[in-house]
Amino acid sequence: MKSLNNQKSTLNVLRGLGSVIGLVGLCVILSIITPTFYKGSNILNILRQVSDISILAAGETFVILTGGIDLSVGSVLGFCGVILASVLKTTGSTLMGILVGLGLGSLLGFTNGMLVSKGGLPPFCATLGMMAVARGLAFVYTQGRPISSFEKSFRFLGTGYLGFIPMPVIIAFLVYLLVFIILKQTVFGRYVYSIGSNETATRLSGIKTDYYKTMVYTISGFMAGLGAVILTARINSGHPLAGQNYELDAIAAVVIGGTSLSGGEGSILGTLVGALIMGVIRNGLNLINVDPFWQQVVIGIVIIAAVLADSRAKMGRGR
Amino acid sequence: MRGKFMSKFVWFVVAALLLFGAVAFAAENKVVIGYSVQDLGNQYWQMVAQGIKDRAAEIGNIDVIVLDARTDPAKQLAQVEDLIQQKVDVILLSPWDPDPGGSCVEAANEAGIPVIVLDVGVNSGKIETFIVSDNLKGGEMAGEFIAEKIGYKGKVAHIQCQLGYVIPALRGEGFTKVMQKYGIEIVAKQPADSQRAKGMTVMENFIQAHPDLNAVFCENDEMALGALEAVKAAGLEDQIIVVGFDAIPDALCSIKNGGLAATVAQQPYEMGRMGVDYALKVLQGEKLPEVVYVPVALVTPENVDEFLGGRPCE
Repeated sequence: MKSLNNQKSTLNVLRGLGSVIGLVGLCVILSIITPTFYKGSNILNILRQVSDISILAAGETFVILTGGIDLSVGSVLGFCGVILASVLKTTGSTLMGILVGLGLGSLLGFTNGMLVSKGGLPPFCATLGMMAVARGLAFVYTQGRPISSFEKSFRFLGTGYLGFIPMPVIIAFLVYLLVFIILKQTVFGRYVYSIGSNETATRLSGIKTDYYKTMVYTISGFMAGLGAVILTARINSGHPLAGQNYELDAIAAVVIGGTSLSGGEGSILGTLVGALIMGVIRNGLNLINVDPFWQQVVIGIVIIAAVLADSRAKMGRGR
Repeated sequence: MRGKFMSKFVWFVVAALLLFGAVAFAAENKVVIGYSVQDLGNQYWQMVAQGIKDRAAEIGNIDVIVLDARTDPAKQLAQVEDLIQQKVDVILLSPWDPDPGGSCVEAANEAGIPVIVLDVGVNSGKIETFIVSDNLKGGEMAGEFIAEKIGYKGKVAHIQCQLGYVIPALRGEGFTKVMQKYGIEIVAKQPADSQRAKGMTVMENFIQAHPDLNAVFCENDEMALGALEAVKAAGLEDQIIVVGFDAIPDALCSIKNGGLAATVAQQPYEMGRMGVDYALKVLQGEKLPEVVYVPVALVTPENVDEFLGGRPCE
């Protein structure tokens, strides 16, 4: 039993290693091709650019680990963004705006969770519906017009620095630290993995799977709300179209990071590496002036290659 | 096993990068112009980008970097940041929206890189000049044309592009202004997301609700061509005139064949060329006017041949 556990942890380390090698490899190549890439300012630039997606991906990791999926995060981000923008405009209070954004995101996530756990809907359907509803509400609320220009104190969250580190990077770092601790060190984290591995067995052993499932979607919604705060502050505008297709980027980051879409296997650090790989590729392709239409092709190929490498590795372990 | 595959994967990426990356080792004396554009999926922006590239090639010794934001304001800001990292000489910007666009300009201002904005304005930051199609004027032209055609009375409908976009909204505003001026009632107004198929569906519903319509103004040609199909299907070609905006090739041919009544032509290609010319003026230290207008023109059956430029229509 003990040896099995050891083996398992070694394999988990290996899983993470593949994407890390990929990331390092990419960075080395880009540094050779363009000297702009490895400048400190560009590295911070990349980190700031991926902070949004990586925060969404952190929430998505919880959901995917339980074997679910959350397609609504991009739309929830858009809806939270316009509502919090409107709160900022009417109350003038930065704190109010942030709280409303986080609260609304959590509420929408909670709704997803209830639909999945109590309503028995497949996660794909529940969150697909929420995706349409949230985007629609964002348009209903704004009539398609953005709500813009906020106080300096709010914009600081998106454009400010602490020392030389951009605020969004600091927020994303704290999120990852917290999620790492939750998944590694807490009972909650253990149950998330356990539900993903075998939900029935988990439920039969007396664990309230419904409660934990509702919680993971709530967390995902909360992260979308946090993403909305940062994005709105960064572009100085709450726009009903904001966050379009972000769910796909977030899911891609999780998948590239080696988390299995069938749940139960994966890690938050893998997700972080996945998000960084996407950010590095986008930034790198821009720096070396790759035709914009080809950029999408390259990103798609990377997603496929990463998952392919992962499944090959699994096969190699003689699953 | 895994390591082997990963290394293959890494080499694959290398190959891909080398294959598609026109590696830019810019010579010291070359001018580098970066263009961040809101959406290259749209023919219009493709024409602007083409104008920039062609003009730069004509003048010579200019590198052009085109980045496509795919209608995402955050992505656009990230791309402008990437251009700043590369220390381009001038940034041309077609923002997705004036407010996020302002954030892009502010970022470039901080880095001391001059910005020229093409076609969509910005609400903050310091720009060298704003080169723009006169969309409001175009909408007014379309409105005047419709008003005259229907004898300054009757019922008209208005099909909008995707809500949330500034430019088409200006066209609608110009059209609405003229309708109000003559007291012509706009009985129906709906977005059809700039798409042909949706334009048709929306128009079908309009015809159901208002069989006595006299005209419809669509904020782009794609929707106008869809609306035209709905009008034809209802057998109302003689009663309802359809007017679009953009002068895309399909629309010009439709006008020639007696389908659409009119459209408004912008000159995106010309706009791109102007962008390069004005960028060079900035680098020579010239002071530019606040706004530079690229003229728009009404296209009707009378003058459609000029715009077709000898291209055949089926």
